[in-house]
Amino acid sequence: MTRLDLTRSPRALALLRSRWPQFLLRAITLAGFIFTILAGLMGSVVGSHNFAIIFVWIAWWTALKLAFIPFGGRSWCSICPIPMPGEWLQNGGILQPRGSMGIGLGKRWPKVLRGTWIQAGGFLLIGLFGALTLTSAKITAIVLLFILVLALALSLVFERRSFCNYLCPIGGFSGLYAQAGPVELRVKDTDICAAHIEKTCYTACPWGQYPLALKSSANCGLCMECLRVCPSENIAVNLRPWGSDLGPKTKHRIDEAFLGLVMLASALVDSAIFLGPWGQLKSAAYNIGSPDWFLFAGAFLITALGILPGLYVGATWAANRFGSTNASLRKSLAHYSQVLVPLGLMVWIAFTISFAFVKFGYVLPVVTDPLGWGWNLLGLTKSAGVGETTSFSLVLQVAMLTVGLFWSSRVALRISETIRQAAPLIAFSSLFTMAMLWLLVG
Amino acid sequence: MKKERIARWIVIILVLTAIGVPLGSWWLSRAQGTQIEIHARMPENGGWSIDTIQAKVGQPIHLRLTSDDVVHGFALGKSDMESWLSIFPGEYVETTLVFEHPGKYIFYCTRWCGLNHWRMHGEIIVTGEGDPIPGDSLPLFLQYNIDIDAPHYAENIPSSPPSVERGSRFSDRLPNYAIDKQTYFLTSPEGLWLKLRSEPSLSDLSDMDIWDIVRWIWDRQNSSNSQSLGFKLFMALASAAHGESGRGDGVMARGLPVMDHSNMGSGLVRPPDFTDPHVLLSASPAILEGKIIRGGMGTGMPSWGSILSRDQIHSIIDYLYTIAWESIK
Repeated sequence: MTRLDLTRSPRALALLRSRWPQFLLRAITLAGFIFTILAGLMGSVVGSHNFAIIFVWIAWWTALKLAFIPFGGRSWCSICPIPMPGEWLQNGGILQPRGSMGIGLGKRWPKVLRGTWIQAGGFLLIGLFGALTLTSAKITAIVLLFILVLALALSLVFERRSFCNYLCPIGGFSGLYAQAGPVELRVKDTDICAAHIEKTCYTACPWGQYPLALKSSANCGLCMECLRVCPSENIAVNLRPWGSDLGPKTKHRIDEAFLGLVMLASALVDSAIFLGPWGQLKSAAYNIGSPDWFLFAGAFLITALGILPGLYVGATWAANRFGSTNASLRKSLAHYSQVLVPLGLMVWIAFTISFAFVKFGYVLPVVTDPLGWGWNLLGLTKSAGVGETTSFSLVLQVAMLTVGLFWSSRVALRISETIRQAAPLIAFSSLFTMAMLWLLVG
Repeated sequence: MKKERIARWIVIILVLTAIGVPLGSWWLSRAQGTQIEIHARMPENGGWSIDTIQAKVGQPIHLRLTSDDVVHGFALGKSDMESWLSIFPGEYVETTLVFEHPGKYIFYCTRWCGLNHWRMHGEIIVTGEGDPIPGDSLPLFLQYNIDIDAPHYAENIPSSPPSVERGSRFSDRLPNYAIDKQTYFLTSPEGLWLKLRSEPSLSDLSDMDIWDIVRWIWDRQNSSNSQSLGFKLFMALASAAHGESGRGDGVMARGLPVMDHSNMGSGLVRPPDFTDPHVLLSASPAILEGKIIRGGMGTGMPSWGSILSRDQIHSIIDYLYTIAWESIK
């Protein structure tokens, strides 16, 4: 497979090695994060006029799915401000690598809680309470504040970025789909690493990764700390073909399958709530605690934990039956989870396109009046307005879903011995794509 | 270490700016206190954030209005429609009010914002020197002791659309009372038709000729400007209940049972169907004025007496009759 190592360019290397560009971006995003919390708490209760709603759920959420992940894998994680205050305490400084100067107990994250299970659970919670969180600036601010405090508190108890690794739902989302992304961090020469006794890269990595063992981009947050401390300049930052982490020889865990299925269910349910014509469903999702909401929550959980996993298990079981190897069902569930990655990524992109075109008109007005207090910092003459769903947007959504189906089918074929073996997984992807097509473009 | 210090200062300054901008602006706006900021919310969500305002005669008050949920409107009771304001969610609109007379002024929402929209009232209490607010004359139904709740249903209606032009041809044959303003106010179209029908001097005219005369009389009592204003007021304030066409099928009344006088008081009912000529041709302007001023009738209709001027109410009545006349096929 062809790779383009960015570190071969002296300018790119200098940019990556220096802590300043990344630090400045993180400092700005931290200030923006805190401003967002205050805007949510103090600003207009009208979501379309509050920076917290528009910047978090329209601008950032869209940018994450349409730009950061498909073109940069976990690139958002590299400038995410959430772990910054905790790392300041952990490292005893804000512009220096991990060391023993800081404070914190530095405990290891409990083994039983490892994997992406909690992240998937967090995403389920977003789905269950999403209708309110996504529309209430105050709730958004409280959630952001809670995340910031939780990340800080955990960094004082556990080592490295435990919150990012095991709890952050967005970390789980980004990590899962980063496997399909076109950016990876890898070692250039494995022998050099093998001979290097100090393993400074592992010591410096806030994610607890050892670059020599890195086979997937799921857990690498692209912080570049390993590149900065490597004495042999043996770290490469590669541009690579999309989907490079997906193949017959890559290793995957069963929790990735669960995370992938939760992501699919969330996309399905969010599309039904926010884009579907069912007013009752929307109000049920919004009226948390009401009997209707419990019905909605039950239906959502049955979809996420019952129907979709059931169909996936059925497809995997059938694929296993059609293959010659006697892999256990558990192993096969993990192996075929790769099919869920391109399918889910393209479904989320299509879902995002559906609302981004309509809602992006709100972004500039909240820049000029972030708290909805009637400011006009940019001197705009037009007030915020909802855009229209264009036929271009619809065509683009269909195209993205089609690419997702084609891509996941291709992955299914690559990781299966025969077309017959891949067929059940392709059928699963087709069924899901049809459901999304119905919800998005009807 | 120097770089580390610079980096820390950058973070501290950026974070303090992020905190300082909203907090500082909030503090400044409170410290200035030159405006009264009012948040409009559906009555179910709390209504007007300030529903009693104190003011002094001749001293302007500056209002800054915004909506926290849906589109609302702001108007002072009995004010012209031109001065009504629309309040859009998350946007601000400002107005300055000056009062000449001491007294209690009503302000209210002019948009059908929700089921309890009609409860969305507030008061501006103006104190100081000066004559009190000029009062309205006694409503006609009280002046003439008219029972505005008595059932009415026209037994006689025109068989085809009456014509103003044809009616005008008989104008020189009419008795004086027929074109009297008081007769118009106190008599329903059907009532006047019956009276004229029994006039010996008009016995050679057909039933339809008499209806043409009644139509002409109703037309000469109303100006097209008044009907046009009545249409605008009806659309803005009444169509959510009465329906845009006056059928009684507005969004707020859909699903309610049809009005039945034998079953009054058992719950809310739909407003009557104004496109049924039997309904309005049996009602005098005095009855309609009384109903609009007082409200109720088992329909949940608000009392408009303190909100609309008498001229505005008469404009609405003028418009209502056009619905009845134009519904005759």
